[in-house]
Amino acid sequence: MTATDLTVAGKALAGACPRVRAGTDADAVGGLVPAFVASPADTAEASALLRAAAGHDLAIVPRGSGSRLDWGPPPARCDLVVDMLRMDAVTEHAAGDLVARVQAGARMGAVAAVLASAGQEIALDVPAGATAGGVVASGLAGPRRLRYGSPRDLLIGITIVRADGTVAKSGGKVVKNVAGYDLGKLFAGSAGTLGLITEVTFRLHPLPAARRFVTAEFADPAAGCGAVAAAANSPLVPSAVELTRPVPGGPIRVGVLLEGSADGVAARAERMAELLRPGGPGAGEIAGSPPPWWPGLPDGGGGTLIRVSFWVSALGRVLEAVDAAAGETGLSPAAHGSAGAGVLYMGFPPEADGVASFVGALRRTLGRERGSVVVLTAPAPVRDALAACGGMAGRVPSLGLMRAVKDQFDPGHRLAPGRFPEVI
Amino acid sequence: MAGTKAAGTKPGTRAAALAGQMMAICGAANVITDPLELRTYECDGLTSHRATPALVVLPATAEEVAGVVRACAAADVPFVARGSGTGLSGGAVPHSEGVLIVLSRMRKVLEIDPVARRAVVEPGVTNLAVTEAARPFGLFYAPDPSSQVVCSIGGNVAENSGGAHCLKHGFTVNHVTALEVVTPAGEVTWLGDGTGVACGYDLLGGFIGSEGTLGIVTKIVVKLTPVPEAVHLVLAAYSSLEQGGRAVTDIIGAGIVPAAIEMMDALSIEAAEAAVHCNYPAGAGAVLIVELDGPAAEVEAELATVRSICARAGAQEIRAADDPVQRAAIWAGRKSAFAAVGRLSPAYIVQDGVVPRTALGDVLARISALSEEAGIRVANVFHAGDGNLHPLVLYNDAVPAEAEAAEVLSGAILDTCIAYGGSITGEHGVGVDKSRYMPKMFSAADLDTMQLVRCAFDPASLCNPGKVFPTPRLCGEVPGPRRAPHPIVAAGQAEIF
Repeated sequence: MTATDLTVAGKALAGACPRVRAGTDADAVGGLVPAFVASPADTAEASALLRAAAGHDLAIVPRGSGSRLDWGPPPARCDLVVDMLRMDAVTEHAAGDLVARVQAGARMGAVAAVLASAGQEIALDVPAGATAGGVVASGLAGPRRLRYGSPRDLLIGITIVRADGTVAKSGGKVVKNVAGYDLGKLFAGSAGTLGLITEVTFRLHPLPAARRFVTAEFADPAAGCGAVAAAANSPLVPSAVELTRPVPGGPIRVGVLLEGSADGVAARAERMAELLRPGGPGAGEIAGSPPPWWPGLPDGGGGTLIRVSFWVSALGRVLEAVDAAAGETGLSPAAHGSAGAGVLYMGFPPEADGVASFVGALRRTLGRERGSVVVLTAPAPVRDALAACGGMAGRVPSLGLMRAVKDQFDPGHRLAPGRFPEVI
Repeated sequence: MAGTKAAGTKPGTRAAALAGQMMAICGAANVITDPLELRTYECDGLTSHRATPALVVLPATAEEVAGVVRACAAADVPFVARGSGTGLSGGAVPHSEGVLIVLSRMRKVLEIDPVARRAVVEPGVTNLAVTEAARPFGLFYAPDPSSQVVCSIGGNVAENSGGAHCLKHGFTVNHVTALEVVTPAGEVTWLGDGTGVACGYDLLGGFIGSEGTLGIVTKIVVKLTPVPEAVHLVLAAYSSLEQGGRAVTDIIGAGIVPAAIEMMDALSIEAAEAAVHCNYPAGAGAVLIVELDGPAAEVEAELATVRSICARAGAQEIRAADDPVQRAAIWAGRKSAFAAVGRLSPAYIVQDGVVPRTALGDVLARISALSEEAGIRVANVFHAGDGNLHPLVLYNDAVPAEAEAAEVLSGAILDTCIAYGGSITGEHGVGVDKSRYMPKMFSAADLDTMQLVRCAFDPASLCNPGKVFPTPRLCGEVPGPRRAPHPIVAAGQAEIF
């Protein structure tokens, strides 16, 4: 864009939204500094903003806390960052209905405090600084995905602004609702590529009165995998079944979270400890707080983060595939994650060599299994090297349909273009 | 005669002309052309809406379904999919000039993986059959609509079916992890991979509940749930719905999420008693059924709390049951309710509105007032935990004025649900039955945006057209004056004067 174009565009944006400023290096997304950063105060301003942006062919990237902006490939263009932090209200908390309506820029820690005062929560493991819209747009989930699912499972309503400024909603504020298509599901995990999320409605759960963590260590991988499955499938109803294996081929640690009433949790923890007994001396340990290795949301730490998803019956084969890839490449990442829910993560520091080969090896070995090997975030050299083995996303089923949906929602390809999953 | 259309351009004729092709794909025995037989498919569970399809086909495999859809697409013929035909919103009402694709021959349970807690089933498998296949492994399929003995999993996917246990256990969309789908263009593709982790857009989540308008399901990968260790049922009788409602409010307020909370009013209790002799407490103005499930240690604690709350709210009588036979006996009354009201009235309309649970008391009072005004009786059965109402509007269909009054009353009930911030449908779907109410619940922009998804999957608008949305969205047509001659004019079949 020429300087004149920019000035004209800037005026149009300022007409739509009072808080517009020039982008700085601190606002860069994937190395691209946006010309503008705008902070809408409400959905009406966001709508006017996007309409104005459409009139000047500006490429838009929404931003919440910015914690996952560097995930996925960088956008091909970035002219306007829409900063959602001014839209931070808990619009409605209907405790008796187990429902909360929240603006997209609300920090999950602040929301949690409001909900906790009525003994309720959004059952997602998210950092306090994450925003509601970001949580939905990233679709990430932590350990309690086993019992409660990921953000899309707790979402019952959504308000979005389309690329042309049109405001639309789907769902509502009742848990049971099948009227119309569920746009919320489509927007969950869409990383800003289909539209701007301005408000989300979650179904809530009662805050558990008590919790216990039961942990055990297994030298034999088969026993460890068996314990993961037994725990995850147990009628003791665990909220999470996590695994960590610090070294390929090394011992496996399993951790189980139980939530409920004080007496109930105590009794269940005893039985879970028995269940995890590795067939020898040393039953599972019971504690009131998580083990030091207990994860939160997956984090890239500036390097590469890989997510492997699989059917729990294939856990043993997944760990063997990791061992084989480690042997091939000389890399030895720790494997950790919600194994009971069919998800494991592996991280590599930015300077690690051979990461793309590692991914390629994993994809080859696990090619016949159901599931996927996805690179969630990676430094530029790794992304480039990945092109030879399926890119960041690997094989994506129904890609044609995804492109068709993208083309309908964003015909001009101005919403986080090129972002997701690398081929949209 | 100017403007005569050539034979074969009328959609119904085009559909019938496909019979030969369809027989080649599915086998002659699986294609129905006889007019009397075609009429047996003219409606689903909503008998007030009927249309005879031009052709009915019963494919046996995904490849056959794809072949049928491709043939329809090539001939520009609309098609509708049908599972067991038990739907209550007319989602499987055929298109009178189209093909009805019946999936009931595809009813195999293909695979069960008890360690992964997954099963792969064909769309014609009944909901209950999935649970029965899973039972030997200590597992079951959680979403359990009342029609589960008959309704198909494919139908459940189309409607995002819930059932009595969905407040705690979720809906079809929370229990289906992958779908093999035939797109409206006739391609076979997978949405999701069974892991529950979406790669790319969550098309799986968008497809479930789209009421058969985005494609046809040919394989479903369901999540199976461990059978709960303990299940307890509490039945409490109250003199009024208000009293029962107070108990429900206090149960939720105590931080308990029961597996099910159901309520029935005096009229529906009367009907159920006459039908199945469920022996609910005599003279009750309302009956509350609370089901608790989970680890035995948790259920015990919850049971004590629920009993004391029910008593505090003024229960005339409280019964508890924890063995399967006794529990089934208590459930029998509730499950018979819809069919049972047939004894009270020659005809009835069953509604499916939802209101925020906290508004239930007010809404029920309003329904009672509306019912009195109209002189039409309404029996109330509802999922008290999630605010999903099933008012049964009773009328005599031999009296035209009554039928109309019942329709008007039904509409007023839905308007009330919307006014209280609820929904026009909690589980039955919009179908043909409620599409006219969609603009009351959603703006034109909302509906237009939803239909973007429709346009992505089905730009030719052949897949179950005319359902859900009152006004179809043109996909990709440029508005404004036509620039090229109309196709029929170009074909020499008509002239524009």
